Amino acid sequence: MQTEEMMINMGPQHPSTHGVLRMILRTDGEVVSEATPNIGYLHRGLEKIGEKLNYHQFMPYTDRIDYLAAMNCNMAYAMAVEKLAAIEVPERAQYIRVIMAEFNRIASHLVFFGTSGLEAGAWTPIVYGFRERETILDLFEMTCGARLTYNYMRIGGVSADLPDGFIRKAEEFLDYFEPKVKEYNNLLTYNRIFINRMVNIGVMRPELAIAYGVTGPNLRGSGVKWDLRKNESYSVYDKFEFEVPVGTGELGTVGDAWNRYRVRMLEIEQSVKIIRQALKQIPQGEVKAKVGRVFKPPAGEVYVRAENPRGELGFYIISDGSANPYRLRIRAPSFNNISVASEIVRNTMIADMVLILGSLDVVLPEIDR
Amino acid sequence: MLKEYIDAIKGFAERNLPVINVPVELWYIAWIFIFGGAILGGALLFAGLGAYVERRVAGFLQSRLGPNRVGPQGLLQFMADGIKLVLKEDLIPDAADKLLFRAAPYVLFIGTLGVFAALPFAQNIGITNINIGLLYIMAISSFVVIAIIMAGWASANKWSLYGGMRSAAQIISYEIPIGISFLLVIMITGTMNMHQIIEGQAGGLHRWFVFRYPPFTMIAFLVYYVAAMAEVNRTPFDIPEAESELVGGFHTEYSGMRFAMFYMAEYANMFAVSAIGTILFLGGWQSPLPFNILVPLGTDFISSNQFFIQMLIWLEGFGWFLSKVLWLVFLMMWLRWTLPRYRVDQLMAVCWKVLLPVAFFNMLAVGLWLLL
Amino acid sequence: MNIQEIADKLKGRFGDSVEFVPVATGDSFIMVKRESLIPEARFLHETPELYFDSLMCLTGVDYPDNFTVVYHLFSTRHLHKLVLKVSGAKDSLVQSVSGIWPTANWFERETYDLLGVKFDNHPNLTRILLPDDWTGHPLRKDYQYPKTYQGCPCEI
Repeated sequence: MQTEEMMINMGPQHPSTHGVLRMILRTDGEVVSEATPNIGYLHRGLEKIGEKLNYHQFMPYTDRIDYLAAMNCNMAYAMAVEKLAAIEVPERAQYIRVIMAEFNRIASHLVFFGTSGLEAGAWTPIVYGFRERETILDLFEMTCGARLTYNYMRIGGVSADLPDGFIRKAEEFLDYFEPKVKEYNNLLTYNRIFINRMVNIGVMRPELAIAYGVTGPNLRGSGVKWDLRKNESYSVYDKFEFEVPVGTGELGTVGDAWNRYRVRMLEIEQSVKIIRQALKQIPQGEVKAKVGRVFKPPAGEVYVRAENPRGELGFYIISDGSANPYRLRIRAPSFNNISVASEIVRNTMIADMVLILGSLDVVLPEIDR
Repeated sequence: MLKEYIDAIKGFAERNLPVINVPVELWYIAWIFIFGGAILGGALLFAGLGAYVERRVAGFLQSRLGPNRVGPQGLLQFMADGIKLVLKEDLIPDAADKLLFRAAPYVLFIGTLGVFAALPFAQNIGITNINIGLLYIMAISSFVVIAIIMAGWASANKWSLYGGMRSAAQIISYEIPIGISFLLVIMITGTMNMHQIIEGQAGGLHRWFVFRYPPFTMIAFLVYYVAAMAEVNRTPFDIPEAESELVGGFHTEYSGMRFAMFYMAEYANMFAVSAIGTILFLGGWQSPLPFNILVPLGTDFISSNQFFIQMLIWLEGFGWFLSKVLWLVFLMMWLRWTLPRYRVDQLMAVCWKVLLPVAFFNMLAVGLWLLL
Repeated sequence: MNIQEIADKLKGRFGDSVEFVPVATGDSFIMVKRESLIPEARFLHETPELYFDSLMCLTGVDYPDNFTVVYHLFSTRHLHKLVLKVSGAKDSLVQSVSGIWPTANWFERETYDLLGVKFDNHPNLTRILLPDDWTGHPLRKDYQYPKTYQGCPCEI
């Protein structure tokens, strides 16, 4: 039957586009025949700003790349500059960084858990997710005074040592938190309706994911066992035992929205495991290497990437020997993750498209930078 | 029933009030207004309180507080909300079909409040006592579909249109299992009169239709309840207003009092379908015990004043009725804050592939049972 | 395979158009000629023992006398990396690699948008982050900040 197609604008103001993403949809009834992402509403020119500031001054801006995982962004940037200038980071600082990064990964995945529920129409998960995230933010506040944009890491270490009682509080939180993950799985992950909604939609084959540069949990949801923490171990990640969960097609097909979701829920458990080990093993000592206020790395260039909650965050820094980078390029994972969206939402229903976009877990400031 | 009320009150007035020479027609008109006002007020009060309770229940389920500032325990929150909504500007989009856009909330209210006219709240208490009560309810509640399509179409918004179309498909599909569940009750009682249906369930818990002819009527009740949740657009069947997909569905463009009318109609509808479920399957105002509690208690204190005993019977009946209805309403809230939402095609599959065959089989089984 | 071996392999296939540039600080890179970019990229992508299936990052750099486009390649099978560079005068065209790595599509749009590097044979070379009516390319070193945009002042 010949029917008329309708162009419809989803966003930039829409409850389920995670910020100011705009999708231009061509729909045939409820079926989306084409979806084109339109981005750039949050473009702040971070790369240009980076050229105008010196290396220390850019650190707060990295918080604004991915506001849900600012610690991880801090860490990736610090690692890039340290590699460029060959700075040795004290071991205690490395441990603190890993603890913070993994806490932030949990916090970020908790928000993902909540928004997945919201997109499927369940209202309660987001409140539960935020309740636990709040405690993590309390821990961050204890450490660096901020709850969202931390600016905690420094080139050569971290800005301050862990406060008194941090380790005890962190362990208390983990003891409380671990059983909660099971509760979330009962509430949402294995909910019959949720499973029916999430399985077999937005299937991303591994080749497609790699071709589009999709990384992080989205890639692992497609069954590719690839985690920079493991495969290209940086910082002190090689000292911890943890698994890299991948989508197994436990329900549905490998690479569908449910498997991407499941990978993140399993990653939360692995992060807990890492933090527990780090809290036990953390050595005493300095937390910051000596790095001058006037800091001029030698001329050269590096590309450093780190495993963020959303995938591979890369910093490509070209130094000409002056105090400012000559070129600072941020390779943001969400940028690639959303570029694959128009491939995998084709010929799904509007309701599914919302879930697929949600399962990619993009963060808009990171896409637009 | 109306005539009896009027005759009684007229007689009372003529006996007791000095100057009464009012023609009987005026009494009728006056009473229509009084009853209409009572129903409107009652339904709206329930809608307001329902919204408040829903928020408190949600808060309880989500380990947070919910509204607790306006009045004791936040009980007056709905008043504050109402005042806010009345004072808001009534925005109408430029491209909207103005007449339909304005009319839609009123049509919705007709459908919603019309149902209340046929509901018996206690023994012999109700606005009307028509012999085709059930048919009337089926008919008048269909107004809701028209109103929602009107709202969705007139908003000149593509998301609203989606909401309207989804709603039409959904409500029309789910009327069928509901209708078949109704038929079951009609088969058992042989009447469509709501009062007589309740009378047929007198004599305690085991006489309620939900427990009679096990397990078929129990299944019929579940079919009715699920379908009714879909009728009133509650999660997991809230796809017409699916927030994450369609922004707000058919009421995206509404604001101020018109939006409040949609909002209140939702809660009034919840009450209405729960009340129908109670009347048809849970014995309406009948006590689950085979005897009255209040009447013997009351007569002990006061010598048997006929009027007083009648009041007690009414009070008890109303109490039972309300507690059953509110339990069903609470169940709807509980489900809403727990479950995710179906997709539109899954929703249709639930109706046509599950509820409908089950309902038909039930009807067949009960029919055979009655025949044998 | 380290970058030296990859460079040798490329040299063996394409001769002088490939130049290996060792860098003291950071990552060494391979500089290729603009004309032979596409066959070389295809070679890197399709040769089984290289198999660079992932384009990690693509960006441009505005040097005083030329534009350089930088490709960070990675092989998920062999786990080796490669930095590939191609440079040209500021108004020259660079061939698009979006036919080889689909992810280059958006990366190239971004590079075009912010830096003004023009990619030939790109399916849809339009602005991606900035509005369509924006003038100039902000990441250029000689970029002048606009005073107004659509009548609104940009400077405070």
